[in-house]
Amino acid sequence: MSRDNILHRIRTALGRSAGQAVADPPPARIRVPDVDMEKRIASMFAAIEALAGKTHRAATPADARAFVAAAIEGKSAVASNAPFLVECGIASLPGVRSGITDREELRGLCATADVGITSADYALADTGSLVMIASTNEARLVSLLPPAHIAVVPRARILTGLDELFSVVPNPADVASSMVLITGPSRTADIEQILVRGVHGPGQITVVVVG
Amino acid sequence: MGNRVSLFVTCIVDQLFPKVGMDMAEVLERLGYEIDFPERQTCCGQPAFNSGYRDEARTVARHFLDTFEACECIVAPSGSCTSMVTHHFAELFQKEPETLARVHSLEKRIWEFSTFLTEVAGVEDVGARLEDVVTFHDSCHGLRELGIKDAPRRLLARVRGLELREMQPAEECCGFGGTFAVKFAELSGAMARTKIDAILNTGATTVVALDLSCLMQIQGALSRAGSQVRTMHLAEVLASR
Amino acid sequence: MSVEFDRKIHNTLADANLQLAIYTATARLKDKRAETVAPDALPDYQELRTQANAVKKHTIENLDYYLEEFERNVEAHGGKVVYAKDGTEVADFVLGLAKDRGARLIVKSKSMTTEEVDLNERLEHHGLESVETDLGEYIIQLAHERPYHIVAPALHLTRYDVADLFTKRLNVPRETVIEKQTAIARKVLRQKFLAADIGISGANFLVAGSGAVVLVENEGNIRLTTSAPKIHIAIAGIEKMIPRAQDLAVFLKLLGRSGTGQLLTVYTSFLSGPRRGGEIDGPDEFYVVLLDNGRTRLLPDRGKRQSLYCIRCGACLNACPVYRKIGGHSFPWVYSGPIGAIITPQFMGVSHEPGLPFASSLCGACAEVCPVKIDIPKVLLELRSDVKKAEVREKRNRLEKLAFRAFAWLMTHPRLYEMAGKLAASAAPPDGSGWIKSVPAPMNIGPLRAWLSQRDLPPAPARSFREMWRRR
Repeated sequence: MSRDNILHRIRTALGRSAGQAVADPPPARIRVPDVDMEKRIASMFAAIEALAGKTHRAATPADARAFVAAAIEGKSAVASNAPFLVECGIASLPGVRSGITDREELRGLCATADVGITSADYALADTGSLVMIASTNEARLVSLLPPAHIAVVPRARILTGLDELFSVVPNPADVASSMVLITGPSRTADIEQILVRGVHGPGQITVVVVG
Repeated sequence: MGNRVSLFVTCIVDQLFPKVGMDMAEVLERLGYEIDFPERQTCCGQPAFNSGYRDEARTVARHFLDTFEACECIVAPSGSCTSMVTHHFAELFQKEPETLARVHSLEKRIWEFSTFLTEVAGVEDVGARLEDVVTFHDSCHGLRELGIKDAPRRLLARVRGLELREMQPAEECCGFGGTFAVKFAELSGAMARTKIDAILNTGATTVVALDLSCLMQIQGALSRAGSQVRTMHLAEVLASR
Repeated sequence: MSVEFDRKIHNTLADANLQLAIYTATARLKDKRAETVAPDALPDYQELRTQANAVKKHTIENLDYYLEEFERNVEAHGGKVVYAKDGTEVADFVLGLAKDRGARLIVKSKSMTTEEVDLNERLEHHGLESVETDLGEYIIQLAHERPYHIVAPALHLTRYDVADLFTKRLNVPRETVIEKQTAIARKVLRQKFLAADIGISGANFLVAGSGAVVLVENEGNIRLTTSAPKIHIAIAGIEKMIPRAQDLAVFLKLLGRSGTGQLLTVYTSFLSGPRRGGEIDGPDEFYVVLLDNGRTRLLPDRGKRQSLYCIRCGACLNACPVYRKIGGHSFPWVYSGPIGAIITPQFMGVSHEPGLPFASSLCGACAEVCPVKIDIPKVLLELRSDVKKAEVREKRNRLEKLAFRAFAWLMTHPRLYEMAGKLAASAAPPDGSGWIKSVPAPMNIGPLRAWLSQRDLPPAPARSFREMWRRR
């Protein structure tokens, strides 16, 4: 069968035998810089804004709630089940559907909602990325189907960058089936190299940092 | 390193642009070097190597080794010929350890002209004068295999009366590529025309480079386009008084 | 080279609009890359390249070990690994699974590996609908064309081409505004995403220590392809393997910057299996198809094995002065540019397109930008030697071989070389005539004719250097 044939061909080509051990790979290169939180937030916001995303600094969860309420005024929204959204009182805002755990129901809501609201497991300061790990609290489609996405993140979750992320989560597979880094709004330049936003994923992204 | 250098003029200088070889010799003598010209020299073998004929290239490389082995210091007016020796001779003799050792020894003793001046002779001002507006073309082998970027510019900066303008884009291939120029003539010609557009945009009246293969391609394209812009090898510029 | 190759190159060079499109598109990508890897933007750039090269080298040299580790981890997380020796086996697997599950509609994200094996064609032949969801790929699928560039598949098409295509194939009123064209595609494809039975993706990286596939994109179609349908199949070449998730700290930094000048693409997905207990959405079934299709043929050669390090960023295409003139469709296979020039002969045999390794001036711009430091010119030179050896075996191109034998002989007999030089000079117009624009008909053949077709020739000097030297 192909598996054995292919492995055999590989071993023959490399002069290796089945079950032969390997020398250690080059050590993983992880360099975590030392950056204070205010600088991280500034860097993160600059990166997001450079990508035409929006940002907001909320001093308290109540501020975050007020900001989101204004942002979704007159619109339909679906929120993930992130405890932080509950803590901020965002999950219970009028116009927001939340607490859904049924896959089909959630998909249907995400497909028609104007806005998807999530928290994030981490954020990356240097690239302005949100790190979304799939769980009961964060379904994949909330940050993907609606044309706008608002993420509300407590500041403590802001890491310096990729190196720190893989330092803190050395093997995402241990944690969930999916980890997605979101860096700005969906975009394409496939036609004449002209930039268009909001191709399949949300064309508008707003990141709220709380604290 | 002593004050004796041997010239490897390259087959293209020998047969088509002999003045460049004479100018290089003159500059070196001006700086106090004693020059010799090993008469048995012919070619570095690059045309055969680049065309896939390694046996033939090896034969020519062996002759090169025999010719230049005894030389303390060899200078060549070409980035690509120099890098053929320093970067590719070793590939030809992987199965001959003794010859390989001779190659490794020779690699250390051969210099492209501008690098020789700045790094071995340690000079930038060779007493040259040329009233002209020039632009400099970075030949690919010199640039990417030998890392030559600054040396020629530092030398040109000291030429009295000379104004240097950089072309945009600076580091694009002229399209010569050896037999590529005739095997893929139309493509090579298109690349040449892109190059001369960049040259003409600088308003310079002379293009300078380290490699005559590039200059032959560029001048050929300029001439065909009816342009009065001329080409000069760096050695010709530095020999000007 | 083949007549076909020559013709395609000629046609592309003759198309002024295409020349402009290729040149400007690649210029933009090239410039953006340069900005993001400049010393002030990424001081560690050269170190990262060195590390990436070392990690790929180690992984490829121990590929069997990492494949097995990968397999174990995929299975531990509820997924399944399938090995496919060629496109037929890939298609058979997908078709078998589709039949078993009663699947009719497939959504697909951009994957050069699936282009390599003509997967869509095979699936459609068996009555499945397989829809490309990346905008550029969707457009060329409608046009029945191959991708023009690894990263920009529809580089060669204008908005008017797209308008024509959409009107014809989607039955919509003609629309030439790019934003609106994108909206049309988004609407059509959204329906497909939500109705599809199977989502097929490629993989940018396979992570052995996690049993995960890593996918990068800007549109969101990969996320939808891998999250909406109940079944996700990732198809990847075996060489996409890296040992650890932590290696991504290096590779992701290099991929976005090298390919498009982005610090990171908009979405980076790290997927390690079907959804787990508690997760609300995601596929119920997860398969990774590991494709050989000739990759094992590239492994034995130590010098050329580095061709497998490629992370498909496209930087070499954007840097290559040849690609920037002849474009993606001049190349004989789905992979174009410098990487295409080195892997095509290795996959297909050098006689598939003997001119391909020679369609390069060996300028080295590709090697300079390759994030994993593949020495492309070195591999090209080795392939040229392979072509010539094959020609000798097959008794082709004997005249050229003879010419180079004569060259070697002449260059090892200095006095004869000198005589030959004098002879050639005497046949040329005298010195002082300026550069030569043409030669008499009997001489206008072969290399001389080729040279003169494009540019003037230098006049022969009165004396060679050695003659001048002797007279000093």
